[in-house]
Amino acid sequence: MNPVNYLYLAALLFTIGATGVLIRRNAIVVFMCIELMLNACNLAFVVFSRMHGNLDGQIIAFFTMVVAAAEVVVGLAIIVSLFRSRHSASVDDASLMKL
Amino acid sequence: MSAQLAAYSTSTGEAFQFWVLGSVALIGALCTVFMKKAVHSALCLAGTMIVLAVFYLANGAYFLGIVQIVVYTGAIMMLFLFVVMLVGVTAADSLKETIKGQRWLALVSGLGFGILLLAGIGNASLTEFDGLGQANANGNVQGIAALLFTKYVFAFEITGALLITAAVGAMVLTHRERTERAKTQRELAEQRVREGKHLPPLPAPGVYARHNAVDIAGLLPDGTPSELTVSKTLRERGQIRDVSTEALNDLRALEQRAEERLERTEVVPATFRRTEEASK
Repeated sequence: MNPVNYLYLAALLFTIGATGVLIRRNAIVVFMCIELMLNACNLAFVVFSRMHGNLDGQIIAFFTMVVAAAEVVVGLAIIVSLFRSRHSASVDDASLMKL
Repeated sequence: MSAQLAAYSTSTGEAFQFWVLGSVALIGALCTVFMKKAVHSALCLAGTMIVLAVFYLANGAYFLGIVQIVVYTGAIMMLFLFVVMLVGVTAADSLKETIKGQRWLALVSGLGFGILLLAGIGNASLTEFDGLGQANANGNVQGIAALLFTKYVFAFEITGALLITAAVGAMVLTHRERTERAKTQRELAEQRVREGKHLPPLPAPGVYARHNAVDIAGLLPDGTPSELTVSKTLRERGQIRDVSTEALNDLRALEQRAEERLERTEVVPATFRRTEEASK
């Protein structure tokens, strides 16, 4: 098997995540799809690192993970406060800046 | 191991692992998107992430594989599940489209995007794989540390600032200042009396219902289940079990058989139905 197949898998996962962001209405599920896309990118980085024979790709993937962790913390806090004010986690309901 | 990693083509074992776990990852990703309940989506995503961790390990990223399991499936998915439990119980995904045909357009554009990506990778000349044998010679963790604390040390320090900002931001976002005094128990009781509804405590579940689990509604004197007896969360999730009709129908069937055996005049069996079915 050619290791390029990992890249195809990463592309597929990224596509599924992007489609999920467009399709789903629930803010939490949308957020999970974003995480899926980030993970697909990480896989691509790791495979590129193996391809080029240096560890820079793994470092970038590591930074992506750290940033994703920070992003999840803030994003979920935003979802919780949205839910408190609107009693719904649907992204369609949050069409106004202010209630 | 290093010889295998340097090879242009992977070993049969890795190929087998890729095809098996890769399909698991794809199924998990699809389930994340298409599962109705947010909890199921989160579990499917956790499965996909574990598979990705195995792939990192197979690609020579030993440190990242472990970090993936600890940070992603351990911390981030935990946080997701926590928020799903906090928020998602009553948050049903609305199936009404706000923009007409948006779902199909999204699927079509997703398909197009996927084809574009795959074709791009297929066209790129990715024939040479150097492998990590040389880079991992002194150990993967040591190699990453050497890079992280020399070439990327500034980015590493900025990351610390980012993490602190995120923690403070989350605290500020979820903190709620209390603007009015909390009501005392006496005031709450007076308010209940003034409003005049449900003065006594709510009825207990399972009363007269032959079972006393919390998800089984208590029965009113006429045999119909009372929704008030079951907790609000279970009611909104639609997880109330109603076994009263089965029991009553069993009893009715037994009586009918007894009548037939005794050759008495047949009683017209009136099957009990659930209240929501009967109201239709």
